Amino acid sequence: MDSFLNSPIGVLSLTVAQALALLVPLLIGVAYMTWAERKIMAAMQLRKGPNVVGPFGLLQPFADAGKMLMKETIVPTGASRVLFIMAPMLTFVLAMIAWAVIPVNEGWAIADINVGILYLFAISSLGVYGIIIAGWASNSKYAFLGALRSAAQMVSYEVSMGFVIVTVLLCVGSLNLTDIVLAQKGLWFFIPLFPMFIIFFISTLAETNRAPFDLPEGESELVAGFFVEYSAMTFALFFLGEYANMILMSSLTTILFLGGWLPPFDVAPLNWVPGPIWFILKVCFCLFVFVWVRATFPRYRYDQLMRLGWKVFLPISLVWLVLTAAALKIFGWLPA
Amino acid sequence: MIAGLAFYAFSAVLIASAVMVVTSRNPVHSVLYLILAFFNAAALFLIAGAEFLAMILVIVYVGAVAVLFLFVVMMLDIDFARLREGFQRYAPIGAVIGGILFLELVFVLGAWQSSGQAGSLRLNPVPTDVHNTAAIGRVLYTEYVFLFQAAGLILLVAMIGAIVLTHRDRARSRRQDIDVQVARRTQLDMASVPVGASIGELGILRPLPPEEAKPKAVTHGHGHGHDDHGHGGHH
Repeated sequence: MDSFLNSPIGVLSLTVAQALALLVPLLIGVAYMTWAERKIMAAMQLRKGPNVVGPFGLLQPFADAGKMLMKETIVPTGASRVLFIMAPMLTFVLAMIAWAVIPVNEGWAIADINVGILYLFAISSLGVYGIIIAGWASNSKYAFLGALRSAAQMVSYEVSMGFVIVTVLLCVGSLNLTDIVLAQKGLWFFIPLFPMFIIFFISTLAETNRAPFDLPEGESELVAGFFVEYSAMTFALFFLGEYANMILMSSLTTILFLGGWLPPFDVAPLNWVPGPIWFILKVCFCLFVFVWVRATFPRYRYDQLMRLGWKVFLPISLVWLVLTAAALKIFGWLPA
Repeated sequence: MIAGLAFYAFSAVLIASAVMVVTSRNPVHSVLYLILAFFNAAALFLIAGAEFLAMILVIVYVGAVAVLFLFVVMMLDIDFARLREGFQRYAPIGAVIGGILFLELVFVLGAWQSSGQAGSLRLNPVPTDVHNTAAIGRVLYTEYVFLFQAAGLILLVAMIGAIVLTHRDRARSRRQDIDVQVARRTQLDMASVPVGASIGELGILRPLPPEEAKPKAVTHGHGHGHDDHGHGGHH
């Protein structure tokens, strides 16, 4: 058995099994994320939400998926066919491959690489390509405007997100995601770095194109934004990619600020609960806030969005970065 | 063996996409091929063991520079017929410039000499306890700190220059001053309403005027929606 696992075929099949063990629960999670979002928003708006298909509407996501599969994929005239089909696939694939480095428990990451956080940052900054290509290939002015908005928005918010990540890295002294979680054993980073935590969370809302920053798809002015021409499975792939990205960003928030798989206090009843359960609970909390924000706040205007990114978040995160570095140096808390 | 195969695969795609950048007719396709080329270059860095450089290449070039590049190229309104108009006239000049560049490249590579000590250095073991991120940091922030800072300053100057050149202060535009808006305290009140109660019952809105005080909008015959407003203040 050992010799098989060390052979190239064995390593390959083990990796595939690990990837499936992560991606299948993830996709089920995405399906139930759409259900939970509708239920939570319904509760906040004194409605019932989906309650017909299955008990409590629990089978609704699968009914939706079946409907999507049955429909016809329409490619508009004048669209760039190859790019038009490629864009949703790109969005979906990028949302999936980012999960390769996420440690759900100590040593549970599929690839525990040294530059894990940079990998995640790189992949999340690529997400904009699916949107831009979709907007351009659709040959439609609404889709194109949505794509342009999205490009400007994601580039703007990445800057402050980068500074927040650098601040966390200063406190950890490593780019490895497992090290980042283990550095929070005594104190989760959202307490000492609270302003950064808030900025990071709001930036993830902008990065995933969620309300109140959902200008790329703003339905009141752009119909549906960049995916206005998409139907059936191509639309479903965008949808899946968007929700998988939300879960990814929540996991990133969990890893950077909420102590990953660590229990809140390392005492008896709390540390009996396995790490992945804590991880999932924290991710669910972040996702709940995503939905809560969507149900509460109206959409930003475009100039307000840019002002928030460049004139508020960027200076605050820059100053806080310098302050953190100075504090670590003065008090001698720099990690070895 | 797998690393070798991967190297050739990524190199082949890199060269093919680099060729496509130059030859494809649509500039948007060119930029997309350029992105593919960046990607494969990052993969080659990874194979060489320089994971930090690979990630930075993707973040900076693919994630930011190429996005803005694509942004601009997509918005250009390019007339392909006019673009090819002067091709034959300019082709010889282009060929000469290309030839000169190629010759320079040949001279540079032809004159490549490794020093006598390089061979022995190559045999030094790569330190295993230092990640290449830390190694780059140690060199960059100690020996090359002034060059590093100077590069940053040059970029800053370029950025300020671009802003100065393009910024126009439009005196007639209406600016939004968020601080003033947030600091404003006027007749708006926040009210906590129990879940399920209607705001009419709680008396939060102005009470509806009595029936006879209603404006006689309907009898004037313009607009049927007036009595919906109910406040009677708009006549």
